[in-house]
Amino acid sequence: MTSAIAVDRLEVIFDRFRALKGVSLDVQPGESFGLVGESGSGKSTLLRAIAGLAPVASGSITVNGKTLGTRRDKAFYREVQMIFQDPYGSLHPRQTVDRLLQEPLAIHGFADGERRIERALDEVGLGNGFRFRYAHQLSGGQRQRVAIARALILEPSILLLDEPTSALDASVQAEVLNLLEEVRRRRKLTFLMVSHDLAIITHMCERLMVMQGGEAVENLVANDLVERRVTKDYTRNLLRASDGFVRTASEQV
Amino acid sequence: MSGQTGTLLEVDDLRVTFPTRTGMIEAVRGVSFSLGRERLGIVGESGSGKSQTGRAIMGLTPPQARISASKLTFDGIDLLGVSPRQRRALRGNRIAMILQDPKYSLDPVMSIGRQIVETLRTHEKVGKVEARERALAMLEAVQIRDPKRVFDLHPHEVSGGMGQRAMIAMMLIAGPEMMIADEPTSALDVTVQLDVLGILDRLVAERGMGLIFISHDLRLVSSFCDRVIVMYAGKVVEQLKASELSQARHPYTRGLLNCMPKIGADRHPLPVLDRKPEWAA
Repeated sequence: MTSAIAVDRLEVIFDRFRALKGVSLDVQPGESFGLVGESGSGKSTLLRAIAGLAPVASGSITVNGKTLGTRRDKAFYREVQMIFQDPYGSLHPRQTVDRLLQEPLAIHGFADGERRIERALDEVGLGNGFRFRYAHQLSGGQRQRVAIARALILEPSILLLDEPTSALDASVQAEVLNLLEEVRRRRKLTFLMVSHDLAIITHMCERLMVMQGGEAVENLVANDLVERRVTKDYTRNLLRASDGFVRTASEQV
Repeated sequence: MSGQTGTLLEVDDLRVTFPTRTGMIEAVRGVSFSLGRERLGIVGESGSGKSQTGRAIMGLTPPQARISASKLTFDGIDLLGVSPRQRRALRGNRIAMILQDPKYSLDPVMSIGRQIVETLRTHEKVGKVEARERALAMLEAVQIRDPKRVFDLHPHEVSGGMGQRAMIAMMLIAGPEMMIADEPTSALDVTVQLDVLGILDRLVAERGMGLIFISHDLRLVSSFCDRVIVMYAGKVVEQLKASELSQARHPYTRGLLNCMPKIGADRHPLPVLDRKPEWAA
């Protein structure tokens, strides 16, 4: 079976800084794959390189069997859509939700826009009442729903998710994560998801890769984290950090 | 200084109101609590009024807002009754505050060392040489490895974790008795987060300070603080000991605890909060 996403020894260099130092990755169709690490580990850069938003120096990226060049064609963007961290920054402030959703349809020449917009809004639980609102009239969670609707409207097979819930409150985060799981199940999507939160990644993904300083530290399945079967100190540190603050004996006064 | 055991801060029926085009909006609606020399957590989601509560105590509420309280005292001083001048003398000296992102709360065009020295010399009469010595000692106390080097760096030259340590150093140098930390670690990486919390925890305990820790992260707060106040829509819905969080009664607290994904708990879909209008009543 061809992989949905196959990345081979990818290097990304910004000026002289090597952000990615030969990272390889393989995601099967329908799989949900997580990337974990601290800021500066290169996890977002990897995602952006796949979307064509980072300067690739060497290595190859293959999506659904097609090896990508520096210029991506329209068909690529129909297949692969990205959802960003900050829903406040990723929606045009002077366009209504309706206009926002029409844009990708116009670019790709879809005819039945009306019906698709209605369906997309319905699918993310917003309903038609939100259609003619502006981004500033929506809450953070609603904005992220619009961003998801905009990504889904082209019926992609792969979603790239860059910290999709880290700007949201805990209760809203739960709603958005549930929505993402639901659309993935319904549309048999492939997810590549970046997060610094191990708990979110184990909840959402079957397999994951831990990254540090532009390199892959460890490849794990979600269950390894649950049973704490990790081999690298770095991953262990991340795991400990997700348990919350623990007062050591010397700190107790 | 008052007795080590006494209450440091008393808040009774605190209200903060903002005038808007569509009428008055009450961000904080009758919050009451008291703080001793302990770690108190205030938890809530965005818009719950937790930050405005902290800002009102600090005296940083925007001028157009109205504050009222039947009691707002710090060590016996009526915070609403004193002159702005006296309030300013308290701020940074006896009451300190740490904000979320060191990128915005440090002066970008001043070296870290100079900022710390400036804080110290605003509140105490010390010579330049002594001030420098004390600033370096303070940088060492927040576990900065090479204080002499960091002293001369500007905020853009240091990482977020280092910046937040410098911020803590700056806030602690005048020896405050109470510290308000508003999401002090939300902008930091998880691993750095714990280091910074560890430093904060040790310094607060050593100096016997009172700490108000404001955060949206219920789990983090409960692992760090002695007592937790949960706020919803400008009101306190529940007050409890951090160790008894698992026995929380209010459906909002329980919902907040429940809706976070946990390693090892296989729950699909995640339980979501079903907000009841009577919680805000």
